[in-house]
Amino acid sequence: MEPILQVKNLSYVYSAGTPFEHKALDAVNFTLHRGEFIGVIGHTGSGKSTLMQQLNGLLKPTSGQVLLNGVDIWSDKQTTRQARFQVGLVFQYPEYQLFEETVYKDIAFGPKNMGLDEREVDRRVREAAGFVGITDRQLQASPFDLSGGQKRRVAIAGVIAMEPELLILDEPTAGLDPVGRAEILGNIESYRKAKNATVMMVSHSMEDVARMTDRLLVLYGSRLIMDAPPAEVFAHAGELVNMGLDIPKVTQIFLDLKEMGLDVENVYTLEQAVRQLLRLKEGKGRA
Amino acid sequence: MENLISAEHLAFRYPGVDGTPDVPVFENLNLSIQEGSFVAILGTNGCGKSTLAKHFNAILLPTGGKMYVCGIDTSQIERLMAVRRNVGMVFQNPDNQIVANVVEEDVAFGPENLGIASPEIRRRVDMALKQVGMYEYREHAPHLLSGGQKQRIAIAGVIAMEPKCIVLDEPTAMLDPQGRKDVIDTVKKLNKDKGITVVLITHHMDEAAQADRVVVLNKGTVAADGTPREVFSQVKLLHGIGLAAPQGVELCWALNQQGYQLPLTTLEPEECAQALYDWIKA
Repeated sequence: MEPILQVKNLSYVYSAGTPFEHKALDAVNFTLHRGEFIGVIGHTGSGKSTLMQQLNGLLKPTSGQVLLNGVDIWSDKQTTRQARFQVGLVFQYPEYQLFEETVYKDIAFGPKNMGLDEREVDRRVREAAGFVGITDRQLQASPFDLSGGQKRRVAIAGVIAMEPELLILDEPTAGLDPVGRAEILGNIESYRKAKNATVMMVSHSMEDVARMTDRLLVLYGSRLIMDAPPAEVFAHAGELVNMGLDIPKVTQIFLDLKEMGLDVENVYTLEQAVRQLLRLKEGKGRA
Repeated sequence: MENLISAEHLAFRYPGVDGTPDVPVFENLNLSIQEGSFVAILGTNGCGKSTLAKHFNAILLPTGGKMYVCGIDTSQIERLMAVRRNVGMVFQNPDNQIVANVVEEDVAFGPENLGIASPEIRRRVDMALKQVGMYEYREHAPHLLSGGQKQRIAIAGVIAMEPKCIVLDEPTAMLDPQGRKDVIDTVKKLNKDKGITVVLITHHMDEAAQADRVVVLNKGTVAADGTPREVFSQVKLLHGIGLAAPQGVELCWALNQQGYQLPLTTLEPEECAQALYDWIKA
């Protein structure tokens, strides 16, 4: 797999030299590859938001490096500026950041800032709107006339329109109902597939990261303490709970079944659970 | 038990802006909440949950029908303080609800506004902070606390006013799993130990499963109403509305789609594991 972003020995200290000095990231190392879907989990204050802001140059490392396609994003001003386009950040509750008169103008804001010509901006706005299911008619509406879920999708389209190689989202489904959650996750997945982009999603929903991601980064007390596929991470149920995290309910159910003496493997999505149970039941029927 | 809150033929519409038509939310809603109960309200985004919650302490007033809180018709403007004193609200974002620079001053803000004497405020603040498990943080700065801790401070600020009812509108949407658990455990304890009526609006089915009663709103009407087991076993209805059941119920339901007959009352992981074990062994 082709590496796209490397984080090397990254540390960051807030308010260094003051009584409020706080080490928010401590010697963090990992590599992201093209096309991967990565989840980031960790308790409040574990360093997730600080890490996000390091990856597109909003914060500068106290020590260590962030390499985008092999180049340190802080090597010169031009590179830092480029990193902000190549790594797109979607913050929590991004719908509060909408400000333009029409949905179209709001989505166009990013690509325009990149200095693209009008035709290319238009192409990108329409394509991004397509990814998040915003219709041509809605493009002409005021963003403030849309529902909460639609506003959030417009805000995500505004970042997607910059065609970032790495799309980072902080809690994109917070406060949405199950259908709204599934829609947003589906939108993100279709962008990833169409552009072979890398996606990094910070979430407090163990069910969401279990369903969507190939790999999980677990932050605890400013350190990266696990970097593994969901199956491996969720096998450490006790440790995760001690860290203020959780495991998907379906994973817990299967751990209970194992304890009761059934021969089952760990699962972390509903689909895996159904498949395994049917195999077990029907296999037994035949035997 | 007596009804603490009661909506009778409640109608409400948001006025249209610049000549656009009004937006109706409720046409004829009937719903009562008994004193001392713990009720969860579920529904999709835009179904009217928050609009209803704002009727519970007269932030919004009905455009038709009646809303009674502790027997008071909320449209009697001169009784507004009595309504607000009895029903406290906690919202989604903890950062929008903290007003002071020190935790105990923040909790004292509500009772101060009620014009209560200082020694009594002191007593209430200490009691409220102990009840939410934040007493040792009383001299801390709220902005340095975690999201879950901030929400518990917001809850303390409400209970220091000694209301009969607390309405929480998605209080855990921004919290990590531990923070979520701490907030839910806190409101459960307030309900059981102090008899405070709790209305919890949430998108987390596992939280709703811990209430005594679950009310599902859809398009301005009550689509389901009963104990968590009664409501969550109606999986088809929930899916039709755009909601889901807790994962243990969803798992049994998915197996039933393959022609099996598992119970749909398996809200807790242990119950679900037991039901699956019995089914495999049968």
